[in-house]
Amino acid sequence: MTILTTAEMDALAARHPDILHRSAWQRFRLPIIAAAVVAYFIFAWWFFAVGKVVGTANWGLAGNYLADWISYEIRPDIEVAADGSMQITYPRFDPIGPNPNPDWLQAKRETVTRTVNIAPASGTSPSSSSTSSFSFMAPAPTQQQAASSAAPTTETRTEEVVTEAVVQMGASRTIDILPDRVVLTRGSETVTLTLDRDADRVLADGALPEWAEQRSTGGRVTAYFGFSGWAEISADRVRIRKRFLGWENFFFDTNSAFFGKSASEVASLIVSGERLDPAQSNLSLAWSDILYNPSWQHLDVWTKLLQTIVMAFIGTLFAMIVAFPLSFIAARNIFRNRPVNQLTKRLFDFLRSVDMLIWALFFTRAFGPGPLAGISAIFLTDTGTLGKLYAEALENIDDKQREGVRSVGAPPATVQRYGVVPQVMPVFVSQALYFWESNTRSATIIGAVGAGGIGLKLWEAMRTNSDWENVAYMVLLILLVVFLFDGISNALRSRLVGRER
Amino acid sequence: MPTSVISPRLSESGAMVERHWQQLAGQRRLYTLAAGMLLLIAVSGSLWFANETNAGKFFDRLPHLFDFVGDLVPRDGWEIWRALFDLPSPYEDGSLKYDYVDGRHYLTDSFYIPEYFYKMVETLNIAILSTVIGLIFGFILSFLAARNMTHNVWIRAPARRVMEIMRAFPEVVLAGFFLAILSLGPIPAVIAVSIHTVGALGKLFFEVIENADMKPDEGLKAVGANWLERSWFGIVPQVMPNFMSYFLLRLEINVRASTIIGAVGGGGIGEQLRLSISRGHEAKTLAIILLLLLTIIAVDQFSAWLRRKLVGDQAFQAI
Repeated sequence: MTILTTAEMDALAARHPDILHRSAWQRFRLPIIAAAVVAYFIFAWWFFAVGKVVGTANWGLAGNYLADWISYEIRPDIEVAADGSMQITYPRFDPIGPNPNPDWLQAKRETVTRTVNIAPASGTSPSSSSTSSFSFMAPAPTQQQAASSAAPTTETRTEEVVTEAVVQMGASRTIDILPDRVVLTRGSETVTLTLDRDADRVLADGALPEWAEQRSTGGRVTAYFGFSGWAEISADRVRIRKRFLGWENFFFDTNSAFFGKSASEVASLIVSGERLDPAQSNLSLAWSDILYNPSWQHLDVWTKLLQTIVMAFIGTLFAMIVAFPLSFIAARNIFRNRPVNQLTKRLFDFLRSVDMLIWALFFTRAFGPGPLAGISAIFLTDTGTLGKLYAEALENIDDKQREGVRSVGAPPATVQRYGVVPQVMPVFVSQALYFWESNTRSATIIGAVGAGGIGLKLWEAMRTNSDWENVAYMVLLILLVVFLFDGISNALRSRLVGRER
Repeated sequence: MPTSVISPRLSESGAMVERHWQQLAGQRRLYTLAAGMLLLIAVSGSLWFANETNAGKFFDRLPHLFDFVGDLVPRDGWEIWRALFDLPSPYEDGSLKYDYVDGRHYLTDSFYIPEYFYKMVETLNIAILSTVIGLIFGFILSFLAARNMTHNVWIRAPARRVMEIMRAFPEVVLAGFFLAILSLGPIPAVIAVSIHTVGALGKLFFEVIENADMKPDEGLKAVGANWLERSWFGIVPQVMPNFMSYFLLRLEINVRASTIIGAVGGGGIGEQLRLSISRGHEAKTLAIILLLLLTIIAVDQFSAWLRRKLVGDQAFQAI
């Protein structure tokens, strides 16, 4: 190993000054670029008011929305009356169905004699009298109304009421609701909340653990049980939100005859059961119940998905068909007329630069929302893009084959057919396939501005802020379609142009 | 002297070759025909389906398309300029249609930016910011996903899957989700476009890295450089021109993408365009389209010029 002396090193340095003495830009390039990027980020922070927007955002909602993608809530309300009897109610469209008796909510029932206030029966009897008084011969309704307005009475009856409810919120997490207190258990921690209905106060027996919160003393207590839900305890009511993993009622909705039946029960009903609806067989009933499931709308979703696929397919195919002859006119070496070449190329540039969005909005206005607008938008944008790419491919072809065909006396059309098309066809088709694939994706987006397809449906589901599980379902379908078409187009491409490219 | 066409008699093996050729040609014709029929059925079925599920039928609506195009013609040539530069219009009738002055964005008391220019700058900023974010994270992820830089498959495969999901996830869903949390504005658009860009750029980047020359890397390894030093001094100088070229290409795409996301609630010029088309403000619509067209052409030209400088003509051979 040779060791350089200082003199030799200096000599080397003198021979290559450009390596050791680089310009200021070369030396400080990195810090300058980094500083510029940081400065731009600061500018963007100010320009978009990021701090303010992110600060005021509701991040608690984000978690809830995300959880809604793959789970659903069941929301029983337990009302505690003054005498300690409880009533368990579910909201009308709760996914649990019309006759809930879940095993995670155990209610202890007792027969007691109690005094009940009977509310004035304003709902039923006057309305029935008013329908009967529609005929002019009816007796005057004044007597009836007088009788019913005297209603606020008390009545003593003996009936079965709920006196204790135990809600299982997951492993070793329970809410035990008694007439005078609520016991919350999460793991090893237990809190007892005393319900003081007369003063409308909820009092904890000690310091609350970190998973329960009470905004003001005596106010309502909110207890969080992680993913399995939360509960809100006030003096006369306990609201429970229990979260379950999965998509609820994916096949049969609560008002279907098949609701709540296991897969084997449904299968045996379809194969050998008695007709649930005398008008149609069980198979067709089950099928239409699935297709028209009101909360998932399978038929509609699949129709819209098909629309999106059709938009991409027809748009790209027609764009290819139109761009193919136009690109021959635009290519310098094939159509020897400069002004016409330039004109065609500028047309391509125009179609491409007027964005897909503009075309989509434009045709939505003209054709009304639906796949026709999407097809037109994709068709026009891609005619521009494909035309440009095709013209470039044509200008790069090998001229020898064309000369060969021409030299044996072939007419011009035949020269193109046998001298040019075989060279460019694989490239043309592979580019069209590439755009087909990417258009399947962009058709979703332009759908959202009104061009129809699954994009619009997706957008509507998101705007309501409550159907995130439907959004997840549609996203899953879109991802499946995109991956499937990626695979198909890759397979076709590699067969066309060979595996190397 | 009469002549007769004598077909040369083929030997037995020659006849077999001929028979096989006929058979293959027939088969090929059959396949082509079948594929053609299939395509025809698919196309006509799709067209029927599209027409059937559309709100208006194609032939019913076609005259309205021309009406709409006719409606777009402004009253006089200067109307577009007035709309573009917020100048008062002589047709002012109190409605929003000719009210161009209202949307001005005042920087100081007297100096203002015309509305659409300000919105265009907003859209451009969404595109630039999200492309820069995509560049930074795509850069990091691509080194983890490249086969020649990361040998551990347990790091490489997740990095690739993450990028695939980011790329394939519909932008409109990301935008919608963040719109629900952050309320209307450009930040959801930035997030949606950035996430997509990370995936798209990361994929292009790691393919570049895998094609890089590994000799500098070996040299650095021989003198004991660690992974970071090998990446930074061995790979980055080689791949940077290509990275920059893809960055610029992505910027072009993102200008369009952020316009579209703007139209679904992300703010910027896209929203203005959607509003003015749906309200039937002809001059405003044309002004926005003109501005958008010029901006897109300018961005495309600028990026093409810069890319040609960075990597030469080879950047234009492949898409």
